Amino acid sequence: MNIKGIIAIYKYEMSRTYRTFGQSIASPVLSTALYFIVFGTAIGSRIGDIDGVSYSSFIVPGLIMLTVLTQSLSNASFGIFFPKFSGTIYEVLSAPISPFEITTGYVTAATTKSVIVGTIILITSTFFVDLNIKYPFEMFCLLILISLTFSLFGFIIGIWANDFQRIQLIPSFIITPLTFLGGSFYSISMLPEIWQKISYFNPIVYLISAFRWSFYGEVEIDIYISITTIFIFLLACLLTIHFIFKTGYRIKS
Amino acid sequence: MTAILVKKLNKYYDNGFKALSNINLEIKKGEIFALLGPNGAGKSTLINIICGINKKKDGEISVFGHDIEKSYKMARSKIGLVPQEIATDSFEKVIDTLKFSRGLFNKKSSIEYLEMVLKSLELFEKRNQQIRTLSGGMKRRVMIAKAMSHEPNILFLDEPTAGVDVELRQSLWKNLHHLKKNGVTIFLTTHYIEEAERLADRVGIIHQGEIIMVEKKDKILEKLGDKRVIITINKTSKNLKNILAKYNFQKRKNKLIFSLDLKNNTNSVSDLFKDLIKNSITFYDVEIKKNNLEEIFLNLIDQ
Repeated sequence: MNIKGIIAIYKYEMSRTYRTFGQSIASPVLSTALYFIVFGTAIGSRIGDIDGVSYSSFIVPGLIMLTVLTQSLSNASFGIFFPKFSGTIYEVLSAPISPFEITTGYVTAATTKSVIVGTIILITSTFFVDLNIKYPFEMFCLLILISLTFSLFGFIIGIWANDFQRIQLIPSFIITPLTFLGGSFYSISMLPEIWQKISYFNPIVYLISAFRWSFYGEVEIDIYISITTIFIFLLACLLTIHFIFKTGYRIKS
Repeated sequence: MTAILVKKLNKYYDNGFKALSNINLEIKKGEIFALLGPNGAGKSTLINIICGINKKKDGEISVFGHDIEKSYKMARSKIGLVPQEIATDSFEKVIDTLKFSRGLFNKKSSIEYLEMVLKSLELFEKRNQQIRTLSGGMKRRVMIAKAMSHEPNILFLDEPTAGVDVELRQSLWKNLHHLKKNGVTIFLTTHYIEEAERLADRVGIIHQGEIIMVEKKDKILEKLGDKRVIITINKTSKNLKNILAKYNFQKRKNKLIFSLDLKNNTNSVSDLFKDLIKNSITFYDVEIKKNNLEEIFLNLIDQ
């Protein structure tokens, strides 16, 4: 096992984050804080409780998810896309490091960044709302699991993308809309029945539902169904990455 | 001992282009091998396949006996690669990029070794500078330092001196000789035939994806090189007609230039000298000219 190789990639990716602190950490935290002010405090104070939780507290898990999903995707996709774009990928491909080890280096770094951002947002939210997290350990595990899953997905996007536009394509046109429509700002039960049924086809609904469960304990979707959905997605990402390295898809000509 | 063994290697791209055709090559440990070929001949493709960057279609490749696919970790751990293009993270510091390269190859951190590499490439003073602040030549040195950072047994240099100044070229050549003394095998591709002439023990010539010749440099020069003596006399000399019929010559302004093939006719020079003296013709320049590798290379490519 090339542990030093994994650490080298991990440290390199993390050093990129520190170099670009404003873009990597400060920017998502600031924009989420603005959501708290506008939707939580200003507008939220005029909206009633949802499932016994104040609206401003209700949106906290959804807002964390919104940022964690987009950050995981962008960090991991950019992490592998940029070496492809700049040509520095040659060094990783010619090193004695396995596909599993390469993926571990890039994806754990992206996951770490997302967990850091998610944790900072969680701390920031306590300045705006009263939070009582029912299952803090499970909440942290879910934060890591979801960050990891979407970092793997981001890694796939980074390999698939041929240009900067494609890097943004899936996060902007698929993930962000699905997150907004996945119950970040509302409960699925608030929708008309037909839209509720349609929402159950949105995988993000399960992520937000699971994460909200760890905060408040009460959600409309069974926690085991949500966690199973996350693991299925995780497995699909792992299989796709295995296929990519086996065939050299978009990496080796 | 064989450092690199390539057997029946073929490479096709998805569009059907055949980049390499039935390549067979054996590189001995500790030798400097230079691969010459025009643009698009397949030099970089061959290097990239051996190093694991490109895929091969079929054939076998081993590095110190380790198959590059079945035992890819062992094979790659022996190799340092300097690619043709300068590709680095511009915002990284020189020393950090070397640490990254060494780590990728699962080598224990050794700041002493990395500083030694930096000193040997005259980069030590720049170690804490971001790469983007360096000149093109310095960036090229960083690429070489990265390849050397994990103490490779084989160093691949894909046109290492393309676009660098004479000073760096000379210093690189010195470094390569030093590495060879330490037992490092060197595989380089180059457009500068002088580079191959100065450095290589053996030279391979690749054209349109096929290796058309692999030979010791001295043997190539001996086998294919012309050796000529060029004697210049004054056109106005008397008794010229007595010798003109016997020898090939060129008229150039007020000079006659005789070109004698020493390789095939060793007596021709003494015959000409005798005739010149006998006819009291004075000559004012004698030059011995050998065909260099460049001319041999161009002749082979043209065939």
